[in-house]
Amino acid sequence: MKIKRKIGLISCSGEGLPEGMISRVATRRILEERDDVVTICLPLFLAGGQEERDFAKDNPCITVDGCNKMCAAKGVQMYGKVHPKSSIVISDIAEKHKHLKPKSKSTIEPQDEKLVKETMKRITEEINRAEEEEE
Amino acid sequence: MSDKKKSKYIIIPCSGIGKALGTITRRATYIVTEELLPNDTDSICLPLLTIEDEETVRKIRENPCITLDGCIAQCAKKNVEHHHGELKGSIRILDVIKENPKLKPGTVLDIGPDGEKLARKAAEKTLKIIGDKG
Repeated sequence: MKIKRKIGLISCSGEGLPEGMISRVATRRILEERDDVVTICLPLFLAGGQEERDFAKDNPCITVDGCNKMCAAKGVQMYGKVHPKSSIVISDIAEKHKHLKPKSKSTIEPQDEKLVKETMKRITEEINRAEEEEE
Repeated sequence: MSDKKKSKYIIIPCSGIGKALGTITRRATYIVTEELLPNDTDSICLPLLTIEDEETVRKIRENPCITLDGCIAQCAKKNVEHHHGELKGSIRILDVIKENPKLKPGTVLDIGPDGEKLARKAAEKTLKIIGDKG
């Protein structure tokens, strides 16, 4: 019997920009809603051992990055030696919906909820697609 | 007068996404960099260090750094050490909790009033390191 792998969801959680907070909150909310996804703290790729580095090999990953530096996506490639299944970039979503651009890096303001929800929608679509490919 | 640009303390939280303690490191960092010492401190995105971003590596080598970690993995401290940053101090939220056992943090998404108090305690510790080091 084939053991179904869980989908890895990796957020950049970047501290330096508002989009990092959006990536963190949207990712965490999905993790709390679903039991078919797992995560790893991104800096643990470097600080952890082989088990942490193998996370991306063991779980098809979806990365959620705040900006186009794409730390989460690059981290998966650097340490896991694999490409993410898909990569979501918050600044791209905000660019597409200009009124959604977040302003605070330390809190989620009421007006940021739309961007969080839009990001969660994108994450959910990518999870469902990855799971279909896994079957 | 020296032309040398005044260095700022770089405060680096782990921002761990798995535990409330990670959120407390993040909150403590913003308390220091946005409220208490905005002119003398700054922060970086820790993931940029993890992917070895040149500008970020240079920044932590040229400025004194203080790390805040939520769990025993100490990702922030280890990432700075790995890149030979100028580490002046490291704070573990687990120690802050041991010193304040009555404070019970909430969740990753909402650290609650006790989590906020713990973040302020961690911020005070950060300021003490800055004060001691001058």
